[in-house]
Order: sequence, then structure tokens, then C-alpha cells
Amino acid sequence: MQTPASFEYERATSVDGAIASLQRLGPDARVIAGGHSLLPMMKLRLANPQHLIDINDLTDLAYIREEGDELRIGALTRHVDLLKSELLFRHAPLFRDAEQVIADPVVRNRGTIGGSLCQADAAEDLSAVCVAAKAKVVIRGANGERVVSIDDFHVGPYMTAVGDGELLTEVRIPLRPRGGSAHEKVERRAGDWAIAAASVAVWLEGSRIGDAGIGLSAVGLTTVHLARAEELLRGATPSEELYAQAGEIASADCSPSADGRGPVDYKRHLAGVLTVRALRRAVARAIHQEA
Amino acid sequence: MHVSISVNGEQVSREIEPRQLLVHFIRETPGLTGTHWGCDTSNCGACVVQMDGAPVKSCTILAAMCEGHEIRTVESLEVDGQLDPVQQGFHELHALQCGFCTPGMLMTARALLDENPNPTDHEIRTAISGAICRCTGYKNIVAAVRWAAEHEATAKQGV
Amino acid sequence: MATIENLPSRTTERPIGFGRLKRKEDARFIRGKGTYLDDIRLPGMVYGAVLRSPYAHARIVSIDTSKALAAPNVAAVITAKDLETLGLAWMPTISYDTQAVLAGDKVRFQGQEVAFVIATDEYSANDALQLIDVEYEPLPAIVNARKALDPDAPLIRDDKTGQVDNLASPTWEAGDKDATDRAFAEADTVVVRDIIYPRCHPAPLETCGMIADFNPETGQLDIYNGNQAPHAHRTVYAHVAGLAEHMIRIKCQDIGGGFGNKVPVYPGYVCAIAGSIVAGVPVKWVENRTENLVSTGFARDYVMHAEMCAKDGKITGLRVDVIADHGAFDSTAQPTKFPAGFFHIVCGSYDLQASHVQVKAVYTNKAPGGVAYRCSFRITEAVYLVERMVDALALELKVDPIELRMQSFIGPEQFPYETTTGWTYDSGNYAETMRVAMDIAGYEELRREQAEKRERGELMGIGVAFFTEGVGAGPRKHMDILGLAMNDGADLRVHPSGKAVVSISAQTQGQGHETTFAQIVAEELGIPPEDVEVRHGDTDRSPYGLGTYGSRSTPVSGAAVAVVSRKVRDKARLIAATMLETRPEDLAWEKGRWYVKGDPEKGALIEEIAERAYSGEEMPAGMEGGLDAQVIYDPPNLTYPYGAYIAVVDIDPDTAQVTVRRFIAVDDCGVRINPMIVDGQIHGGLAEGVGIALMELISFDEEGNCLNSSFMDYLIPTALECPDFELGETVTPCPHHPLGAKGVGESPNVGSPPAIVNAVIDALYETHGVEHIDMPCTPARVWAAMQGRPEPPQ
Repeated sequence: MQTPASFEYERATSVDGAIASLQRLGPDARVIAGGHSLLPMMKLRLANPQHLIDINDLTDLAYIREEGDELRIGALTRHVDLLKSELLFRHAPLFRDAEQVIADPVVRNRGTIGGSLCQADAAEDLSAVCVAAKAKVVIRGANGERVVSIDDFHVGPYMTAVGDGELLTEVRIPLRPRGGSAHEKVERRAGDWAIAAASVAVWLEGSRIGDAGIGLSAVGLTTVHLARAEELLRGATPSEELYAQAGEIASADCSPSADGRGPVDYKRHLAGVLTVRALRRAVARAIHQEA
Repeated sequence: MHVSISVNGEQVSREIEPRQLLVHFIRETPGLTGTHWGCDTSNCGACVVQMDGAPVKSCTILAAMCEGHEIRTVESLEVDGQLDPVQQGFHELHALQCGFCTPGMLMTARALLDENPNPTDHEIRTAISGAICRCTGYKNIVAAVRWAAEHEATAKQGV
Repeated sequence: MATIENLPSRTTERPIGFGRLKRKEDARFIRGKGTYLDDIRLPGMVYGAVLRSPYAHARIVSIDTSKALAAPNVAAVITAKDLETLGLAWMPTISYDTQAVLAGDKVRFQGQEVAFVIATDEYSANDALQLIDVEYEPLPAIVNARKALDPDAPLIRDDKTGQVDNLASPTWEAGDKDATDRAFAEADTVVVRDIIYPRCHPAPLETCGMIADFNPETGQLDIYNGNQAPHAHRTVYAHVAGLAEHMIRIKCQDIGGGFGNKVPVYPGYVCAIAGSIVAGVPVKWVENRTENLVSTGFARDYVMHAEMCAKDGKITGLRVDVIADHGAFDSTAQPTKFPAGFFHIVCGSYDLQASHVQVKAVYTNKAPGGVAYRCSFRITEAVYLVERMVDALALELKVDPIELRMQSFIGPEQFPYETTTGWTYDSGNYAETMRVAMDIAGYEELRREQAEKRERGELMGIGVAFFTEGVGAGPRKHMDILGLAMNDGADLRVHPSGKAVVSISAQTQGQGHETTFAQIVAEELGIPPEDVEVRHGDTDRSPYGLGTYGSRSTPVSGAAVAVVSRKVRDKARLIAATMLETRPEDLAWEKGRWYVKGDPEKGALIEEIAERAYSGEEMPAGMEGGLDAQVIYDPPNLTYPYGAYIAVVDIDPDTAQVTVRRFIAVDDCGVRINPMIVDGQIHGGLAEGVGIALMELISFDEEGNCLNSSFMDYLIPTALECPDFELGETVTPCPHHPLGAKGVGESPNVGSPPAIVNAVIDALYETHGVEHIDMPCTPARVWAAMQGRPEPPQ
């Protein structure tokens, strides 16, 4: 079978230790957590890090907890735990929607939220989920922590705000009242990457949508933040016509490219269809939660 | 580098390259070639073993990452000449043909039943959806896992 | 270790002979104790890895192996130059073409073998591949078969003397052109379709590989290699490597699936053999998944144009013109006299007035292969085409697709039936099988449900396919591969204790031969199947024969085992007569025992006869001791299994995702030796059919880059895409097979893709006007068809 090239391996015993190693080793070092994105790329020799820093022992980075007006998710939290967390499902059900269709259950036993976000593949689901949920991420370096919005976290295709010598440690999801959310994905087969996916979160105010977040997967070079549709929804009364308008914006504002999963027009079409479906479910969930 | 990994309850110590994949570490242990590999991209599930009780793809884990963890392979399922109910179920219901995917399927099924002793067919299909079988069309695998679940339930009632 | 026989069983029923006997081979597999190729480690063994071309078509300017040779743990690097000195640079294909073992002059497909590294371990061998510098001069590539014969197309096979274009073989014809023209002239309805059966891949879960172990002292070459035809491979190696055939031994241990992928000889095998001859130690080469998908044994890739006509509501004629894309080397698998395989069975299950088929084959800059992916030599393509055409005709005639089939079936009274392309179908009652499928499906109810759903804007489709296959090649007067008759041997030895060993030339890849063939002996001799050991896969320990593919194990090897068992039984009768002091003609047979007619108490069990045969007691006059026999079975005809399949699909009107909700398969494969194993074969083939219809595809960009080179993009259905298959059966025995059995392994793969595609069209025709969609029916491709612009799968 295909095998990775040689590298030096180091097992981190603390977050600070991992950061110190990353600083010492520079850009030739990569962090490995679940490894389900990195190792296949290393086997295909598309990634050839000189050093791997294994952070799997940093179990203090594996948690989902409510803190103040935020949900805090440790970067080493595995997909399976995101899927099963009742706390997360109660506050942000779009995570469970997404986790049911991310890779397969065996892969989900290893892959982590930090790894998924840092891979920053535009087809990856959790990035869109975090955009919709208006997440912030915590990045730690030698000089301490910084908190950046998910929009600032995504800086380009496969590129994030995490610099050399830094580690993503936490994802923070703001808790706001009267919220509902959903994630919708179309894939060629179970376990495949998305042809397109849409994540939507809404927060109701009175009978209207007070605020909304929408992120799209696999229809751009990076995760698409659908700001114009969010603007449309703010202050609007939920209706099928409104959803359709949001869907039209999704189709227009994404920038997919043609590949083995489909042509551009199909992906634009899906972006619209899935935005409508996710929006409909998100609103229903927000209303249902109150009932 | 030197690693010492618990495989099927025994400590296996060896000098390895850091890049050695867990599937190769296991397969180089005498008698443990039951764990197979079928792809390079974590898609096929032929290499599934249990790590601390959870099914994982051993082609996408470095052996070096496993020190301090418990690895279990298909060879551990039979205890004192007694087959595990999932093994028995696969035989009873003709849930294997070429046998290549079988170890990964068995380890996945075992973990499923440990967590969910009475899964629905859809839960079984979901649990094994990270593993490809080219021979059985999955129908008899689903039936075999259900058979094992039913027999475990009966066995427990009997105790 | 507990043996499987000790297991508490769900039932205490233990049939002697035919029946749902649980498999013997399970005992090792459920314990992880199978022995697949990569499980084997020989002392001193080294590892090979193949460097492959990144280009689909390029001239090789230079190859520099010096850095690789200097790398740690590397023992040797072999290129075409080295092979030339051994006379191994080119090898014959199973279609009498030649294929480069390692490319010397130019590369002709992406993934072609360029160099072979030998190192002390697999990781080092892979590392060394990165250190070989090859300078290429890229050439324009041909990936579209329709453009291969354009006047300005680059010549791919400039290695072949006299080759001036990309024609791989001249046009091959079957049927009667004039009679077909007349049928069309007389018809009242004609439909025309362009249909592609796209390239796909068998992709068994275990990839291909070999360990070659050449002993320079003795000249013995031991080969460990999971292949579907060990005896034929040995003959090929003897010819290719110039080694004495009796000094080559091929051992196939457990094989992790074949499906046609493990029929051919691949360059990697020859490299491993050459490597072992050069290095003097065992060399293991196992391809990775990418190598498997990009270089070995693709299937299908038929570009078809078809016309079908009808008169008075009955199908009367068929005209087919095919371009077969063979890739860069013609290594398609088929009997010599049939360059398009059995494609001319395309007249299907219908009593036609006339038909005409022509097939021409072209070279393209794509991987060679053309193996039958769970298919008897292009029957899959043929059945797909005819069953799509029948549905097209039904749409045109505005009749139910089952009704049109019922009107056009060959009648049960017409068998043996000579088809318009020259096949002699053995037996069948097609309408009955169709009705059983309709009953299981609840066909009328499904049509009502469909109508209701359509009212609500939901898309549901019901698709039908009815196939007839010709399997079990084949009669030596018609069929050979590389000059080798397609016969199979069986050797049965009953030991003094009455336990038996039967050796066969078929080679299991999961089909359960160890159980099924023991059951045949058990049925014929009346001894328990657990007392029969089935031996296969070792050329030193099994009789010559052509192996397992084309659903030929039961039709050919199974017949051989039945015949050899009867030979033993006949000999036992003579011995029993001596034992019982009577005449052989006064004896009657019941399972396991010869007894005296009129005095049933007086008899001899097979065990007793066996004991006698090896004892010092008297034997019949002139008879040698022992209770053994051998046969080589030459089938008088193919067997013709058939089946009626119904697929029910739901299509998401917005996303165009197709879900196969139900799949009903009613197979008639004659007598079923082990119905449990038969059902299992059908389940597996149906899953592959779901894959082919919905997702499996090997495609290329315009430069010839393969776009489906890993399991991330070559999609195989999981448990979530496969429905809970519903099976039924009818049993129409094969009149010429000693057991009345027909082959079955490939039927489900043959019959299911057209059923599913017909269901997709059935869902979309009325609402969206979709008349045809080429496979695979991925969401994007179905959506495009729904928009009125279906696209071919290139």
C-alpha cells in the first residue's frame, strides 16, 4: 500500500509543550490529531512534513461544555462526541445534522473538530456549520491566546489564521435565545465529501427572524459565508417566499467549480435547494423549541 | 523509535520507524495477519481494529500513536475456543464470501453491539457504512449482526 | 481452536448433498486466519514497487535510476532495457496482442509501468520511486473512442509493424444484415439510441499481487498469486519467461475477491518474476489501490449505437454498431474466436425475426483490460443494451415494458432455441419467471403508488430487466483462450476410510467452492460433505483447467466433479458386485450404497467398498485397486441462466439523488446445489449492479488523466446505498449439465444495471421527458438529464 515518507515523531504532553515544539521546528512541523486528512495526504506524498507533533494525549482539549453565554468545544473533541452530545444538540442541532454525514462512523471515532477546521477544505462540513453558528475560535501561541471570528479564521483555500507555532485550542459557539439551526448535504454516496452543503442558524425575535447565519460547503474555494442572504433574513417574517429568495442568493453568491461531483450550474442549484431546506428546518426547530 | 503497544492484551514491543502504520505493525506481529488493508485513503474499512474499544481504521493511524492504548484485532474475538456471537452469526447467516472484509466488519459489529445491544437494521447499516464488502451486498451481514444481537440477548437472559 | 463443525447450529439439519449447507471455509475467515497474498512472508523476501507514468501518452527521453539505486535498502531497479536482455520487455496479452511490461519507447496510458524497484522493505521501495528521474516528451492523447480513428489522431501503437491507425481489431459481425434490413423495412415502429456502457472496474477488496520465488539451483519457480486461472497462467509464464512449465508452481491461497480483475497476467507479475530471477530471492509485489484502479483490468467501455424495431406490438429486429475501447493494449478477456466476447447475445430473451451486430475495437491512451467485471465476456454490455432498447421501444409504443417483453419472449416450447446471432439457448420459461418477479414486487400496486406520487410531484420509477446469459465457456470445438481449450479437470480420490479428496481446476475467490464441490461429491456418492476435501489453487495438486470466471465454475468444473463422482460410483458398483457375489447389473444405487435388487438388506456402503478397493481382498477381474477417477470435462454447450429483475427507485425532484428503494431479483439458474451460496452470489452481484448504475466510473480528462484513481473517487456502494434485496427463484434444469445446474455468479451484475436505469427513466420520462441517461446515474448527471441535456460519461 502507499506509505508516508520519513519524519520525526514527537508526542506532546501539554499544550504549551506542543506550541514550544511547533515554534522550535517551524513550518516543517505539522500537528497530528485524528490524522484522517493528513495521513492519506502523506501516503499520497501530497504532504511531506519533517516532523509530526501528536497531540492526542492532550485530553484536556477534548470537551463540550456550557460556559456563560457560550458553548465551548475543545479542539481535540472527536466527531463521534460532537454527534452524541445532547448539550450540543440542544443548543446547536446543526452539529448533529452534519456529524451524521461527515465521513463514516469509524472515521468519526478519530477525526477531531480542530483537525477538520484547520484542514480548511472548502468541502468540509464543520467549517460551514461554524460560519452559520457564528463561532469564534481560540488560537494559542507562545504569547498567549487570541480569539478570532470564524470569518477571520478562514483566510484562503486550505489556509487558516493559525500561524507557525500556534495551535487551535477551542471553538466557541455563542448561545442566544430562540435559536434553531440545521445542516443539509448532498453527497454522491454515504461517506463522500459534499457535492454541496448548507448550514443555517436563525434566531427569532417576536415573529420575525432577528438574526441568521448561513455557511455553504463545497461551492467555493473556501467555505462560503452567505452574508447577503443573512441580511435579507434579518427582520423578515419566515415564509416559503423568503426561503426561496435566500436560496436564490445562495445560488448566485456561491462560486463553485466543476469537478467529478458535478458541473457549476448543478452546484449552484444545490446551494439554493439546500439553503432553503436548511432554513426551513432551522426555523421549524427554533419555533418547536419554544413550543 | 521504540514502541510498546498492547495488542489483544499482550504487550508488543518493537523498534519501528515513526512512519509505520498501525496496520503494518499489527500484521508484522506473528499470527496477526487477520487485519487487512484494501485502500490507501481510509475508505474501505478492511483494516478496522478496536482502539480502546472503538473501531478505528488502522491504515490511518501511526503505530507510534498507539503506545498506551489497547488494540484489539479479529484474532481476539474467540476466547477459549468460544466464538464471539458476531463470528458465529457471520457463519450462520452466510455473511462472508471471500472473507477479506470480514475481520473489519466483525470488529465494527462487535463495537456496535457493545454500545447498542439491540440495533435496528438501519443502525447496523450505518455502523458498517465505513466498510466496503464487494461480495455479499451487505444483506447477510446485516442479518448476521442482528442474529448476534438476538443471541447475546438470549444468552444474557439465561444467566 | 474449536472447529466449525462443533458450533451449535441454528438448525440440526445437515443435508447430505444439495441444500443450505453452511460453508466450510468460514472457519478460517471468521477468525482472521485466511491466507491472502500479502499475509505470506518467505525467508529473505524483498519487495517490489512500480514506477508509473504520469502521462497518458509521451515519448520516454531518458530514465535515470542512479539516485534510486543509491538509496538505502534498495537492491535493484529494473527498466525496459534490463528486461530486453531477459527477453521480457513485452508480453503477450490474452487477446494475442502484445503489451509492454515496462515502457521503453513511450508510455501509452497514465499509470503505465516504467520501472520496477526492489528493496528490502515496502516503505523503502516506495521511497525509491520518488528518486527515479524520467524525462518525458508529452504527446497528444486520445481518450475518446469515437475520435480514435480520426485521420489526425496520433498513432498509439507505433510499436506494431504495419499498424497505421488506432484500430485494435477489424470489424466483427454476427447475425444477418440483409434479413435485419428486411425486418426493419417491414416494421411499424423503430427506436434509435446511442448508449454508452462506461468504463468501470471490478476493484476487488484485495488488490492484485504476486510473490515470485525462483530457485537458481533447481530452476524451480514458485509463484504465489491470487488469480482466477492458475493453470493457464502457468502456461503463459512458461511461454513468456522461457521456463519449463513443469518447473513452475502457482499457489493461489485465499483470494480477496476477483470479479474478473484477477484473470489477466499483469506487467507487475512479470516484473516480480524477473526480479526474483535477477535477485535470486523471493520478490513480493502487491499493487496499491491507485495502481489497481489506474492500470489493471478495467471493464466495459462500449460505445453503442442501436436500433430496435417492432411490428404489431412485438419486437422483431435489432441492429447494433459498437466501438469497443480497448485502451492502449488489447488485453480483453474472451475466447479466441470471439473478439467481441459474447456480445452478440444482444438479441436477448426475445424471439426476433432478425438481428445484426457489428463491433470494431480501437486503441486509446487509457489503461488496457477489457476484463469481464462479474460478466461472461461482454454479456453485461449486451444485456444492458437490449434491455434499454426494449424499454425505449415500450415508451415509443406506449405499452407497459413488461407487456412488451411478454409479447416478445421466446416461448418455453421453442427450446432449444437458435438465436438470430447463432446461440443455442438450452432451456427456459421466461414468462413464468417474469410473473414470479411481478408477484413479489406487487407490480400493479407499485404502478398505482407511482401514479399517486406523481400527482404529488414525487418521482418514483419502476424498472424492469429480463436477461439471458450464456455462461460456462465452453465447448472445445468453439472456444479456447490462447489456444487452450476451455475445459476443466476433476480428480477424485476416495481413501480406504471412505473419506475423499476432490481436486479441481476452478479457483475460488469467495464463491464457496470448498463447500459446493464437496456437496456435489456428497450428492453423487452419498457420503457427508464434511468427509470431502476440495483442493484447488495449486497447480501441483490439481488437474489442468481454465479456472473461474464467466460463471463457469459450476457449469464446467461442477459438471466435471459430478462426472468424476459417477465414474467412481460406477467402479464402486463393480467392486460391490464382487463383494456381494452378484452381477453389477443386479445392483441398485441409493445414496451412499449399492444394494442387491430385490434384497435391499444386502448391500455395501461406499466406505466398505473403498476399504475393499485398497485391501488385499479380491477385486473384479482385470480391475486395478483403489477408488479413484479423473476427468476432463468438455461442456457440450454453454448454460443459459436467466432472470427477471425489478427495481424501484425514488428520485429527489430537487437534488436528483436516486435511491434504490427495492430490488426484486428472480433468477433461474437451473438446479441450485447450495441455495444459500447462490443467494449470496446474487446479493453481491446486485450490489455491484447498484454501484455501476449509480456511481462506479473510471473516467478521464482530455489529457488522459484518470479521475477516479482512489476509493475517494471510485465509489463503491456501502450498506446504506444497497436495499434489502428481495429474491425469488424458478428452476428450469439445464438439459445438458449432469446436475441440471447453470452458472449464476454474474447474472445479478448483468441484470441489475438496466433494471435500475430503466427505473430512473421510468421516473423521469413522463415528467421531464428524459428518454435516456448514461450510467452512472449520479445526482449531477440525473439533474442534467432532468434539465434536458443528458451528458455522456467521459
